[in-house]
Amino acid sequence: MAKQTPFYSKHLEHNGRMVEFANHFLPVQFKGIIPEHQRVRSTVGVFDVSHMGRVEIRGKDAMMFTDYITTNDVLSLAEFQVQYSTFCVPDGGIVDDLLVYRMPDYILLVINGARHEEDMKWIMQNKRGDVQIVDRTSEIAQLAIQGPKTENVLQKICNIDLSKIGFYWTAEAKIAGIDMLISRTGYTGEDGFELYIENKYADKIWDAVFAAGKEYDIEPIGLGARDTLRLEMKYCLYGNDITLKTNPLEARLGFVVKLDKQNNFIGQDALKKVKADGLKRKLIGFEMMDNSIPRHDYDIICDGNKSGKVTSGTIGPSVHKGIGMAYVPTEFAATGTEIEIDIRNKPAKAKIVKTPFYQFGTRK
Amino acid sequence: MADTLIPKELKYTSTHEWLKIEGDTAVMGITDFAQKELSDIVYLDLPEPGKILNQGDVLGTIEAVKAVSDFYTPISGTIIETNQELKTAPDLVNKEPYGKGWMVKIKVTNNSEVTNLLNAEAYEKITVAH
Repeated sequence: MAKQTPFYSKHLEHNGRMVEFANHFLPVQFKGIIPEHQRVRSTVGVFDVSHMGRVEIRGKDAMMFTDYITTNDVLSLAEFQVQYSTFCVPDGGIVDDLLVYRMPDYILLVINGARHEEDMKWIMQNKRGDVQIVDRTSEIAQLAIQGPKTENVLQKICNIDLSKIGFYWTAEAKIAGIDMLISRTGYTGEDGFELYIENKYADKIWDAVFAAGKEYDIEPIGLGARDTLRLEMKYCLYGNDITLKTNPLEARLGFVVKLDKQNNFIGQDALKKVKADGLKRKLIGFEMMDNSIPRHDYDIICDGNKSGKVTSGTIGPSVHKGIGMAYVPTEFAATGTEIEIDIRNKPAKAKIVKTPFYQFGTRK
Repeated sequence: MADTLIPKELKYTSTHEWLKIEGDTAVMGITDFAQKELSDIVYLDLPEPGKILNQGDVLGTIEAVKAVSDFYTPISGTIIETNQELKTAPDLVNKEPYGKGWMVKIKVTNNSEVTNLLNAEAYEKITVAH
Protein backbone atom coordinates (compact mmCIF):
# COMPACT_ATOMS: atom_id res chain seq x y z
CA MET A 1 0.00 0.00 0.00
CA ALA A 2 1.37 3.37 -0.99
CA LYS A 3 2.10 5.87 1.77
CA GLN A 4 0.73 9.33 2.31
CA THR A 5 3.31 12.08 2.69
CA PRO A 6 2.90 14.68 5.48
CA PHE A 7 1.47 17.03 2.83
CA TYR A 8 -1.23 14.64 1.62
CA SER A 9 -4.14 16.70 2.95
CA LYS A 10 -2.65 19.84 1.35
CA HIS A 11 -2.67 18.14 -2.05
CA LEU A 12 -6.34 17.27 -1.63
CA GLU A 13 -7.13 20.83 -0.52
CA HIS A 14 -5.56 22.08 -3.76
CA ASN A 15 -7.46 19.49 -5.83
CA GLY A 16 -4.34 17.57 -6.79
CA ARG A 17 -4.88 14.58 -9.06
CA MET A 18 -3.29 11.88 -6.93
CA VAL A 19 -1.34 8.95 -8.33
CA GLU A 20 0.98 6.33 -6.89
CA PHE A 21 4.63 7.14 -7.47
CA ALA A 22 7.64 5.61 -5.74
CA ASN A 23 5.32 3.93 -3.26
CA HIS A 24 3.69 7.23 -2.25
CA PHE A 25 0.49 9.04 -3.13
CA LEU A 26 1.59 12.18 -4.91
CA PRO A 27 -0.11 14.75 -7.13
CA VAL A 28 0.60 14.35 -10.85
CA GLN A 29 -0.94 17.76 -11.46
CA PHE A 30 -3.14 20.46 -10.00
CA LYS A 31 -4.27 23.03 -12.60
CA GLY A 32 -2.37 21.46 -15.48
CA ILE A 33 1.18 20.57 -16.42
CA ILE A 34 1.74 23.56 -18.69
CA PRO A 35 0.54 26.29 -16.30
CA GLU A 36 2.46 24.64 -13.45
CA HIS A 37 5.61 24.44 -15.56
CA GLN A 38 5.27 28.13 -16.49
CA ARG A 39 4.67 29.05 -12.84
CA VAL A 40 8.07 27.63 -11.87
CA ARG A 41 9.87 29.23 -14.84
CA SER A 42 8.26 32.63 -14.21
CA THR A 43 7.83 33.04 -10.43
CA VAL A 44 7.67 30.23 -7.86
CA GLY A 45 6.14 26.81 -7.27
CA VAL A 46 6.16 24.22 -4.48
CA PHE A 47 6.90 20.51 -4.90
CA ASP A 48 6.30 17.87 -2.25
CA VAL A 49 9.39 15.68 -2.60
CA SER A 50 8.90 13.82 0.66
CA HIS A 51 9.01 10.54 -1.28
CA MET A 52 12.78 11.00 -1.63
CA GLY A 53 14.91 9.01 0.81
CA ARG A 54 16.86 10.87 3.52
CA VAL A 55 19.64 8.83 5.06
CA GLU A 56 22.27 9.99 7.53
CA ILE A 57 25.73 8.48 7.66
CA ARG A 58 27.22 9.05 11.10
CA GLY A 59 30.35 7.92 12.88
CA LYS A 60 34.09 8.54 12.67
CA ASP A 61 34.40 7.10 9.16
CA ALA A 62 31.25 8.69 7.69
CA MET A 63 33.14 10.71 5.07
CA MET A 64 35.51 7.91 4.12
CA PHE A 65 32.64 5.47 3.77
CA THR A 66 30.54 7.86 1.67
CA ASP A 67 33.58 8.50 -0.49
CA TYR A 68 33.88 4.74 -1.01
CA ILE A 69 30.26 4.21 -2.08
CA THR A 70 29.89 7.30 -4.30
CA THR A 71 31.70 8.33 -7.47
CA ASN A 72 32.22 12.02 -6.68
CA ASP A 73 34.93 13.31 -4.33
CA VAL A 74 33.39 13.54 -0.86
CA LEU A 75 36.69 14.44 0.84
CA SER A 76 36.83 17.67 -1.15
CA LEU A 77 33.54 18.90 0.34
CA ALA A 78 33.57 21.78 2.79
CA GLU A 79 31.16 21.72 5.71
CA PHE A 80 27.66 22.68 4.50
CA GLN A 81 28.53 21.95 0.88
CA VAL A 82 26.28 19.74 -1.26
CA GLN A 83 27.34 17.50 -4.11
CA TYR A 84 25.55 15.61 -6.89
CA SER A 85 26.82 12.03 -7.20
CA THR A 86 26.07 8.44 -8.16
CA PHE A 87 26.29 5.04 -6.55
CA CYS A 88 27.76 2.45 -8.92
CA VAL A 89 28.05 -1.32 -8.72
CA PRO A 90 31.47 -2.89 -9.40
CA ASP A 91 30.72 -3.18 -13.15
CA GLY A 92 30.02 0.57 -13.32
CA GLY A 93 26.22 0.34 -13.61
CA ILE A 94 24.31 2.99 -11.71
CA VAL A 95 22.49 1.99 -8.51
CA ASP A 96 21.09 5.49 -8.04
CA ASP A 97 21.88 9.18 -8.35
CA LEU A 98 21.81 11.27 -5.21
CA LEU A 99 22.81 14.38 -3.32
CA VAL A 100 25.51 14.24 -0.66
CA TYR A 101 25.36 16.90 2.09
CA ARG A 102 28.42 17.38 4.27
CA MET A 103 27.20 18.51 7.68
CA PRO A 104 29.63 19.24 10.54
CA ASP A 105 28.95 15.93 12.29
CA TYR A 106 27.30 13.69 9.72
CA ILE A 107 26.69 13.14 6.02
CA LEU A 108 23.17 13.32 4.60
CA LEU A 109 22.32 11.34 1.48
CA VAL A 110 19.18 12.28 -0.44
CA ILE A 111 18.23 9.39 -2.70
CA ASN A 112 15.41 8.59 -5.12
CA GLY A 113 12.15 7.40 -3.59
CA ALA A 114 11.78 4.65 -6.16
CA ARG A 115 15.26 3.31 -5.26
CA HIS A 116 15.01 3.68 -1.51
CA GLU A 117 14.83 0.02 -0.63
CA GLU A 118 17.48 -1.06 -3.13
CA ASP A 119 19.81 1.73 -2.04
CA MET A 120 19.48 0.83 1.64
CA LYS A 121 20.27 -2.81 0.90
CA TRP A 122 23.25 -1.78 -1.15
CA ILE A 123 24.55 0.68 1.46
CA MET A 124 24.25 -1.92 4.23
CA GLN A 125 25.97 -4.58 2.11
CA ASN A 126 28.95 -2.32 1.56
CA LYS A 127 29.10 -0.89 5.05
CA ARG A 128 32.60 -0.65 6.47
CA GLY A 129 34.51 1.23 9.16
CA ASP A 130 33.00 3.06 12.10
CA VAL A 131 29.68 4.21 10.64
CA GLN A 132 26.04 4.23 11.62
CA ILE A 133 23.37 4.37 8.94
CA VAL A 134 20.24 6.21 10.08
CA ASP A 135 17.24 6.24 7.75
CA ARG A 136 15.34 9.42 8.61
CA THR A 137 12.96 9.28 5.66
CA SER A 138 9.78 8.62 7.63
CA GLU A 139 10.51 11.38 10.16
CA ILE A 140 11.27 14.24 7.81
CA ALA A 141 9.22 15.90 5.10
CA GLN A 142 10.86 17.55 2.11
CA LEU A 143 9.62 20.54 0.12
CA ALA A 144 11.28 21.96 -2.98
CA ILE A 145 10.45 25.63 -3.53
CA GLN A 146 11.57 26.46 -7.06
CA GLY A 147 11.49 29.44 -9.38
CA PRO A 148 13.22 32.81 -9.78
CA LYS A 149 11.24 34.38 -6.92
CA THR A 150 12.03 31.67 -4.36
CA GLU A 151 14.55 33.74 -2.43
CA ASN A 152 12.13 36.70 -2.20
CA VAL A 153 9.44 34.41 -0.82
CA LEU A 154 11.56 32.52 1.70
CA GLN A 155 13.52 35.54 2.89
CA LYS A 156 10.31 36.95 4.38
CA ILE A 157 10.03 34.00 6.76
CA CYS A 158 13.66 32.99 7.23
CA ASN A 159 16.04 34.12 10.00
CA ILE A 160 19.26 34.04 7.93
CA ASP A 161 20.43 35.96 4.88
CA LEU A 162 19.57 33.60 2.01
CA SER A 163 21.63 35.56 -0.52
CA LYS A 164 24.72 34.20 1.29
CA ILE A 165 23.82 30.59 0.47
CA GLY A 166 25.37 29.61 -2.84
CA PHE A 167 24.09 27.06 -5.34
CA TYR A 168 24.68 23.59 -3.89
CA TRP A 169 25.24 24.84 -0.33
CA THR A 170 23.14 24.12 2.73
CA ALA A 171 22.46 25.79 6.09
CA GLU A 172 20.64 25.28 9.36
CA ALA A 173 17.99 27.97 9.56
CA LYS A 174 14.61 28.87 10.99
CA ILE A 175 11.69 29.14 8.60
CA ALA A 176 8.53 30.51 10.22
CA GLY A 177 10.31 30.00 13.53
CA ILE A 178 10.96 26.29 12.96
CA ASP A 179 14.51 24.87 12.88
CA MET A 180 15.35 22.99 9.73
CA LEU A 181 17.96 22.22 7.13
CA ILE A 182 17.65 24.18 3.89
CA SER A 183 19.74 23.91 0.73
CA ARG A 184 19.98 25.84 -2.51
CA THR A 185 19.29 22.84 -4.72
CA GLY A 186 16.63 21.60 -7.12
CA TYR A 187 15.63 19.70 -10.23
CA THR A 188 14.12 22.42 -12.40
CA GLY A 189 16.90 24.64 -13.78
CA GLU A 190 15.56 27.55 -11.77
CA ASP A 191 16.82 29.05 -8.55
CA GLY A 192 15.29 27.42 -5.50
CA PHE A 193 15.63 25.84 -2.11
CA GLU A 194 14.81 22.48 -0.60
CA LEU A 195 13.53 22.35 2.98
CA TYR A 196 13.92 19.40 5.36
CA ILE A 197 11.14 19.65 7.91
CA GLU A 198 10.18 17.53 10.89
CA ASN A 199 6.87 15.87 9.98
CA LYS A 200 4.90 17.57 12.73
CA TYR A 201 5.66 21.02 11.27
CA ALA A 202 4.80 20.12 7.69
CA ASP A 203 1.39 21.85 7.58
CA LYS A 204 2.67 24.93 9.37
CA ILE A 205 5.57 25.37 6.93
CA TRP A 206 3.39 24.72 3.88
CA ASP A 207 0.97 27.44 5.05
CA ALA A 208 3.78 29.89 5.85
CA VAL A 209 5.41 29.38 2.44
CA PHE A 210 2.11 29.84 0.60
CA ALA A 211 1.27 32.97 2.61
CA ALA A 212 4.72 34.45 1.88
CA GLY A 213 4.45 33.50 -1.80
CA LYS A 214 0.98 34.87 -2.38
CA GLU A 215 2.21 38.08 -4.02
CA TYR A 216 4.12 35.94 -6.58
CA ASP A 217 1.13 33.70 -7.28
CA ILE A 218 2.81 30.71 -5.67
CA GLU A 219 1.22 27.38 -6.67
CA PRO A 220 1.68 23.71 -5.83
CA ILE A 221 3.35 21.76 -8.66
CA GLY A 222 2.77 18.11 -9.57
CA LEU A 223 4.96 15.31 -10.87
CA GLY A 224 3.97 16.08 -14.47
CA ALA A 225 5.60 19.52 -14.48
CA ARG A 226 8.49 18.20 -12.39
CA ASP A 227 9.24 15.90 -15.32
CA THR A 228 8.95 18.54 -18.09
CA LEU A 229 11.07 21.00 -16.08
CA ARG A 230 13.88 18.52 -15.46
CA LEU A 231 13.76 17.21 -19.01
CA GLU A 232 14.17 20.69 -20.49
CA MET A 233 17.42 20.80 -18.47
CA LYS A 234 18.43 17.28 -19.56
CA TYR A 235 18.61 16.23 -15.92
CA CYS A 236 18.57 12.45 -15.67
CA LEU A 237 15.66 10.52 -14.20
CA TYR A 238 16.66 7.24 -12.57
CA GLY A 239 14.86 4.31 -14.16
CA ASN A 240 14.57 6.16 -17.50
CA ASP A 241 17.88 7.76 -18.43
CA ILE A 242 20.15 5.99 -15.98
CA THR A 243 19.83 2.43 -14.69
CA LEU A 244 21.97 -0.50 -13.58
CA LYS A 245 22.58 -1.11 -17.31
CA THR A 246 24.08 2.33 -17.94
CA ASN A 247 27.26 3.82 -16.56
CA PRO A 248 27.72 7.47 -15.53
CA LEU A 249 30.32 8.18 -18.22
CA GLU A 250 28.06 7.29 -21.13
CA ALA A 251 25.23 9.11 -19.28
CA ARG A 252 27.45 12.24 -19.57
CA LEU A 253 27.75 12.42 -15.79
CA GLY A 254 31.54 12.30 -15.92
CA PHE A 255 31.61 15.50 -13.85
CA VAL A 256 30.53 13.47 -10.82
CA VAL A 257 32.97 10.61 -11.44
CA LYS A 258 36.37 11.40 -9.93
CA LEU A 259 38.38 8.46 -11.27
CA ASP A 260 41.58 9.70 -9.66
CA LYS A 261 40.29 10.67 -6.24
CA GLN A 262 42.40 9.81 -3.22
CA ASN A 263 40.36 6.75 -2.19
CA ASN A 264 39.17 3.72 -4.06
CA PHE A 265 35.44 3.61 -4.73
CA ILE A 266 33.05 0.95 -5.90
CA GLY A 267 32.98 0.79 -9.68
CA GLN A 268 36.30 2.62 -10.08
CA ASP A 269 38.15 -0.08 -12.02
CA ALA A 270 35.26 -0.71 -14.39
CA LEU A 271 34.78 3.01 -15.04
CA LYS A 272 38.51 3.51 -15.64
CA LYS A 273 38.31 0.78 -18.25
CA VAL A 274 35.21 2.34 -19.84
CA LYS A 275 37.13 5.59 -20.14
CA ALA A 276 40.28 3.93 -21.50
CA ASP A 277 38.31 1.91 -24.07
CA GLY A 278 36.32 4.94 -25.22
CA LEU A 279 32.55 5.31 -25.02
CA LYS A 280 30.49 3.13 -27.36
CA ARG A 281 27.35 5.18 -26.85
CA LYS A 282 26.38 8.49 -25.31
CA LEU A 283 23.26 9.92 -23.72
CA ILE A 284 22.34 12.78 -26.02
CA GLY A 285 19.57 15.34 -26.18
CA PHE A 286 17.58 15.62 -29.40
CA GLU A 287 14.79 17.81 -30.65
CA MET A 288 12.15 16.92 -33.21
CA MET A 289 12.28 18.73 -36.54
CA ASP A 290 8.50 18.51 -36.99
CA ASN A 291 5.73 18.90 -34.41
CA SER A 292 5.74 15.30 -33.24
CA ILE A 293 6.43 14.36 -29.63
CA PRO A 294 8.90 11.63 -28.67
CA ARG A 295 8.01 9.42 -25.73
CA HIS A 296 9.80 6.98 -23.45
CA ASP A 297 10.65 3.69 -25.22
CA TYR A 298 10.12 4.86 -28.83
CA ASP A 299 12.80 3.42 -31.13
CA ILE A 300 15.75 5.51 -32.29
CA ILE A 301 16.85 5.01 -35.88
CA CYS A 302 20.42 5.97 -36.86
CA ASP A 303 21.25 5.66 -40.56
CA GLY A 304 18.34 3.28 -41.09
CA ASN A 305 19.18 1.00 -38.17
CA LYS A 306 17.35 0.68 -34.90
CA SER A 307 19.98 1.93 -32.49
CA GLY A 308 18.30 2.36 -29.15
CA LYS A 309 15.30 3.78 -27.39
CA VAL A 310 14.13 7.17 -26.26
CA THR A 311 14.86 7.16 -22.52
CA SER A 312 12.76 10.29 -21.81
CA GLY A 313 10.65 12.38 -24.12
CA THR A 314 8.07 15.13 -23.96
CA ILE A 315 7.03 18.40 -25.44
CA GLY A 316 9.01 21.14 -23.71
CA PRO A 317 6.53 23.79 -22.58
CA SER A 318 9.28 26.46 -22.52
CA VAL A 319 11.08 25.37 -25.70
CA HIS A 320 7.86 24.62 -27.62
CA LYS A 321 9.29 21.50 -29.24
CA GLY A 322 9.31 17.77 -28.90
CA ILE A 323 12.51 16.96 -27.00
CA GLY A 324 14.06 13.80 -25.69
CA MET A 325 17.06 11.93 -24.43
CA ALA A 326 18.52 8.71 -25.80
CA TYR A 327 21.68 6.65 -25.93
CA VAL A 328 23.06 6.68 -29.47
CA PRO A 329 26.23 5.10 -30.86
CA THR A 330 29.12 7.56 -30.37
CA GLU A 331 29.43 8.23 -34.11
CA PHE A 332 25.92 9.73 -34.06
CA ALA A 333 26.35 11.74 -30.85
CA ALA A 334 27.75 14.98 -32.30
CA THR A 335 25.57 18.09 -32.13
CA GLY A 336 23.75 18.62 -35.41
CA THR A 337 23.61 14.93 -36.37
CA GLU A 338 20.23 13.92 -37.77
CA ILE A 339 18.52 10.79 -36.51
CA GLU A 340 14.98 9.45 -36.73
CA ILE A 341 12.49 8.55 -34.04
CA ASP A 342 9.91 5.87 -34.73
CA ILE A 343 6.74 7.69 -33.70
CA ARG A 344 4.08 4.98 -33.71
CA ASN A 345 5.42 3.38 -36.91
CA LYS A 346 6.14 6.69 -38.64
CA PRO A 347 9.79 7.76 -38.77
CA ALA A 348 10.14 11.41 -37.77
CA LYS A 349 13.30 13.47 -38.12
CA ALA A 350 15.19 14.71 -35.11
CA LYS A 351 18.57 16.26 -34.56
CA ILE A 352 21.10 16.10 -31.76
CA VAL A 353 21.24 19.47 -30.01
CA LYS A 354 23.25 21.20 -27.33
CA THR A 355 21.77 20.87 -23.88
CA PRO A 356 20.19 22.04 -21.67
CA PHE A 357 17.34 22.39 -24.13
CA TYR A 358 16.15 25.39 -22.14
CA GLN A 359 18.97 27.94 -21.99
CA PHE A 360 17.40 30.63 -19.83
CA GLY A 361 17.15 28.90 -16.44
CA THR A 362 18.16 30.96 -13.40
CA ARG A 363 20.33 28.02 -12.21
CA LYS A 364 21.86 25.37 -14.38
CA MET B 1 -14.94 12.77 -11.60
CA ALA B 2 -16.50 15.82 -10.01
CA ASP B 3 -18.16 18.43 -12.21
CA THR B 4 -17.70 16.61 -15.52
CA LEU B 5 -20.04 17.94 -18.20
CA ILE B 6 -22.14 15.43 -20.15
CA PRO B 7 -24.74 17.34 -22.24
CA LYS B 8 -28.03 15.47 -22.48
CA GLU B 9 -28.56 16.14 -26.20
CA LEU B 10 -25.38 14.41 -27.41
CA LYS B 11 -24.55 10.76 -28.14
CA TYR B 12 -21.44 9.09 -26.72
CA THR B 13 -19.03 6.22 -27.22
CA SER B 14 -17.38 4.08 -24.58
CA THR B 15 -14.06 5.45 -25.93
CA HIS B 16 -15.06 8.97 -24.80
CA GLU B 17 -16.10 10.66 -28.06
CA TRP B 18 -19.29 12.67 -28.41
CA LEU B 19 -21.45 13.01 -31.55
CA LYS B 20 -24.08 15.52 -32.57
CA ILE B 21 -26.24 14.68 -35.59
CA GLU B 22 -27.66 17.48 -37.79
CA GLY B 23 -29.56 15.94 -40.71
CA ASP B 24 -27.09 13.82 -42.71
CA THR B 25 -23.99 15.37 -41.17
CA ALA B 26 -22.51 14.87 -37.74
CA VAL B 27 -19.96 16.69 -35.61
CA MET B 28 -17.70 14.89 -33.17
CA GLY B 29 -15.18 15.65 -30.48
CA ILE B 30 -13.93 14.16 -27.23
CA THR B 31 -15.81 14.45 -23.96
CA ASP B 32 -15.10 16.69 -21.01
CA PHE B 33 -14.13 13.57 -19.08
CA ALA B 34 -11.60 12.61 -21.77
CA GLN B 35 -10.02 16.06 -21.99
CA LYS B 36 -9.63 16.15 -18.21
CA GLU B 37 -7.99 12.74 -18.21
CA LEU B 38 -5.57 13.74 -20.98
CA SER B 39 -5.05 17.33 -19.77
CA ASP B 40 -2.72 19.82 -21.56
CA ILE B 41 -3.49 18.89 -25.18
CA VAL B 42 -0.68 20.21 -27.40
CA TYR B 43 -1.21 18.68 -30.82
CA LEU B 44 -3.89 16.92 -32.86
CA ASP B 45 -3.41 14.69 -35.85
CA LEU B 46 -6.73 15.06 -37.70
CA PRO B 47 -7.90 13.09 -40.76
CA GLU B 48 -7.92 14.48 -44.32
CA PRO B 49 -11.31 15.51 -45.76
CA GLY B 50 -12.62 12.92 -48.20
CA LYS B 51 -11.48 9.99 -46.12
CA ILE B 52 -14.14 7.28 -45.69
CA LEU B 53 -14.26 5.51 -42.34
CA ASN B 54 -16.35 2.90 -40.56
CA GLN B 55 -17.80 3.31 -37.11
CA GLY B 56 -15.04 2.62 -34.56
CA ASP B 57 -12.10 3.28 -36.93
CA VAL B 58 -9.22 5.44 -35.75
CA LEU B 59 -9.94 9.05 -36.73
CA GLY B 60 -6.75 10.60 -35.47
CA THR B 61 -4.36 11.12 -32.59
CA ILE B 62 -4.33 13.47 -29.65
CA GLU B 63 -1.01 14.42 -28.11
CA ALA B 64 -1.07 15.76 -24.57
CA VAL B 65 2.03 16.65 -22.58
CA LYS B 66 1.87 13.41 -20.61
CA ALA B 67 0.32 10.95 -23.04
CA VAL B 68 -0.76 10.20 -26.58
CA SER B 69 -4.15 8.75 -27.42
CA ASP B 70 -6.02 7.71 -30.56
CA PHE B 71 -9.63 8.75 -31.03
CA TYR B 72 -12.29 6.94 -33.00
CA THR B 73 -15.18 7.82 -35.27
CA PRO B 74 -18.53 7.36 -33.49
CA ILE B 75 -20.28 6.78 -36.84
CA SER B 76 -19.46 5.62 -40.41
CA GLY B 77 -19.13 8.26 -43.11
CA THR B 78 -16.95 10.61 -45.14
CA ILE B 79 -14.83 13.29 -43.49
CA ILE B 80 -16.04 16.67 -44.75
CA GLU B 81 -14.24 19.09 -42.50
CA THR B 82 -11.82 19.25 -39.59
CA ASN B 83 -11.46 22.05 -37.06
CA GLN B 84 -8.63 24.20 -38.44
CA GLU B 85 -8.49 26.33 -35.30
CA LEU B 86 -7.07 23.36 -33.42
CA LYS B 87 -3.86 23.62 -35.47
CA THR B 88 -2.88 26.77 -33.62
CA ALA B 89 -5.02 26.34 -30.50
CA PRO B 90 -5.22 22.63 -29.61
CA ASP B 91 -6.05 23.63 -26.03
CA LEU B 92 -9.55 24.58 -27.24
CA VAL B 93 -10.28 20.88 -26.72
CA ASN B 94 -9.46 21.34 -23.03
CA LYS B 95 -11.32 24.63 -22.72
CA GLU B 96 -14.49 23.87 -24.71
CA PRO B 97 -14.66 20.18 -25.53
CA TYR B 98 -18.29 20.45 -26.75
CA GLY B 99 -17.92 23.86 -28.41
CA LYS B 100 -14.89 25.42 -30.08
CA GLY B 101 -12.98 22.22 -29.39
CA TRP B 102 -15.00 20.16 -31.88
CA MET B 103 -12.77 18.02 -34.10
CA VAL B 104 -14.34 16.48 -37.19
CA LYS B 105 -17.49 16.87 -39.35
CA ILE B 106 -18.69 13.69 -41.01
CA LYS B 107 -21.21 13.04 -43.79
CA VAL B 108 -23.09 10.15 -42.29
CA THR B 109 -23.48 6.95 -44.32
CA ASN B 110 -26.05 5.24 -42.18
CA ASN B 111 -28.09 7.12 -39.56
CA SER B 112 -29.28 3.93 -37.90
CA GLU B 113 -25.79 3.38 -36.45
CA VAL B 114 -26.71 5.96 -33.84
CA THR B 115 -28.47 3.17 -31.97
CA ASN B 116 -25.01 1.71 -31.22
CA LEU B 117 -24.09 4.87 -29.28
CA LEU B 118 -24.70 5.70 -25.62
CA ASN B 119 -27.01 8.35 -24.29
CA ALA B 120 -25.78 10.79 -21.64
CA GLU B 121 -27.04 8.68 -18.77
CA ALA B 122 -25.33 5.49 -19.97
CA TYR B 123 -22.11 7.37 -20.69
CA GLU B 124 -22.10 8.93 -17.24
CA LYS B 125 -22.07 5.43 -15.74
CA ILE B 126 -18.85 4.69 -17.61
CA THR B 127 -17.16 7.81 -16.29
CA VAL B 128 -18.24 7.09 -12.73
CA ALA B 129 -17.06 3.48 -12.90
CA HIS B 130 -13.70 4.74 -14.11
